[in-house]
Amino acid sequence: MRLFTCLLVLAMPILAEDTSRYDLGHEATSEDIANIDIDVMPDGRGLPPGEGTVTNGEAVYQQQCAACHGVSGEGGPNDALVSTPANAGKKTIGSHWPYATTVFDYIRRSMPYDRPGSLSDNDVYALTSYLLYRNQLIARDVTLDADSLHRIEMPARALFVPDDRKGGMPIK
Amino acid sequence: MTDSKKPDLKRRNLMVGAAIGTGALLSMNSVQANERRPGPGSSAVGTRADTESVERLPFGGVVSFTPLHELHGTITPSDLHFERHHGGIPRLDPTQHELVIHGMVAQPLKFTLGDLKRFPSVTRTCFIECSGNYVTRFGNQSTPQITCGLTSQSEWTGVPLATLLHQAGVKDKATWLLAEGGDAPLLSRSIPMAKALDDALVVYAQNGEAIRPEQGYPFRLLLPGWEGNTSVKWLRRIAVSDAPFMTREETSKYTDKLADGNYRQFSFTMDARSIITYPTYPATIEPGMHEIRGLAWSGRGRIIAVEVSTNGGQSWQKATLQGPVLDKAHTRFNLPWRWNGKATEIQSRAIDETGYVQPTLKQLQAVRATTSTNYHFNPIVGWHIKADGSIEMTETG
Ligand code: HEC
Repeated sequence: MRLFTCLLVLAMPILAEDTSRYDLGHEATSEDIANIDIDVMPDGRGLPPGEGTVTNGEAVYQQQCAACHGVSGEGGPNDALVSTPANAGKKTIGSHWPYATTVFDYIRRSMPYDRPGSLSDNDVYALTSYLLYRNQLIARDVTLDADSLHRIEMPARALFVPDDRKGGMPIK
Repeated sequence: MTDSKKPDLKRRNLMVGAAIGTGALLSMNSVQANERRPGPGSSAVGTRADTESVERLPFGGVVSFTPLHELHGTITPSDLHFERHHGGIPRLDPTQHELVIHGMVAQPLKFTLGDLKRFPSVTRTCFIECSGNYVTRFGNQSTPQITCGLTSQSEWTGVPLATLLHQAGVKDKATWLLAEGGDAPLLSRSIPMAKALDDALVVYAQNGEAIRPEQGYPFRLLLPGWEGNTSVKWLRRIAVSDAPFMTREETSKYTDKLADGNYRQFSFTMDARSIITYPTYPATIEPGMHEIRGLAWSGRGRIIAVEVSTNGGQSWQKATLQGPVLDKAHTRFNLPWRWNGKATEIQSRAIDETGYVQPTLKQLQAVRATTSTNYHFNPIVGWHIKADGSIEMTETG
């Protein structure tokens, strides 16, 4: 009981001053945020206006991506993007990506590797359509946009499980 | 260093004498055996002794390994901290670069480096380790650097992320946030709110000075004990939300295959590991006394013991831990050992405060369904001491 009173007395002045908030930093305006807020979530939140077809995507892919990822989406110097019987077991969009929205988000933020940020949103939709088509996840005549992209079911989704390690034994 | 490259120290001192004008009066034969000359004067920035060379090992432009076997104590010199990046090192202007916090907050805010430095500061020592550590090796000619050099330790200074989030006022339903870097690929990771409010920091200083560009200048996220990729460098944005974002770095990459064919996702914490740093490849040793030295650490807390075997894992003895033993930090261990000149194998295994015992490679391969290695491979490493005193790395069965 005595200890409790002691702690209470010590805590009082701190609570009274509320030193946990500081008059520091600046308001981020909606313009500040819009300039950099590019993330896309699995439920489609964050997808921008625009659309893209497989045919357009193929044209952009051959021009801007094939040199590093191979003309057919595999066999290039960098990651294979398309599952084929020949690369079974390799992680590709078709075999290992749990969400279609990640394809859009990653291409828009990080590709092409030497000039990220250079693609229009329509190009990114088109490239996403083309890569999903080549992985046999959508038909050739599908046009993807903010409404349809997040509805695509990715077979790899079922593969992912949460981390069950908690320290101690056994080895997991 | 070869003899021909050894600098002639005596000659250098004579030349310095000549440069300041006194040398001209002295003929060579007036120099007495014990005569000395003043060395160079003071300078603005120090350098390493020119007889010492210690370097990272860069690879493919995207990674660079810390020379663990050439360092002492537990702090990694800042210019030898390992590097891993996914689109090069950006050159950011500290007066222009900002951290924006937005999403499920009462008041979106932005902070410059100057703003962050005005908050009450926190300093802590911890390791950062890439979860790809151990994946790159050169067979039995592997040094501790290539085997395990994707871990480094610094004393970091910055602001608790919880303080910044409190400023913005996180809404009740918020459970995750996205941390995004300002590098070319805008590398991004989803972080659970619990970690953000626990011990996450936004740090701007490393070992007493501004963070190095390759470590995230002007500031980075620091998530003690978690895989290095989540401590997002060149931090530019934190989006507060109610679900993970499922970025490429937490789906296509940084997931761990399991025996049942599934993939473990968001495997953030680095399990305990140790590595002997002496005697190891490429050293050659003589029979007699040696101090077996190494580092041990755990992302789950403190190291409570390191056991060393000098007979290939048949029996183990406790090494001495050098204090202070810090939470989620490299801990130095030592064990004096008399080598009798017969071929043998030395190994070390770390035990942390959760009771976790560092496994062998075979044990890990069994639970992770692979005959090779992958993210989060932290096996016991062996060093085969041959009868001629030369040493090779071995994998543990
Ligand atoms: C200059 C070479 C280069 C070009 C051009 C390039 N990429 Fe890449 N791409 C890479 C590299 C390198 C990586 C791996 C980056 C990393 O791991 O950090 C990558 C990764 C990817 C990935 C992720 C692969 C995975 O399995 O995780 C996708 C998807 C991708 N690129 C799509 C594209 C698209 C679409 C284009 C064309 C707009 C493109 N890339 C152009 C080099 C390139």
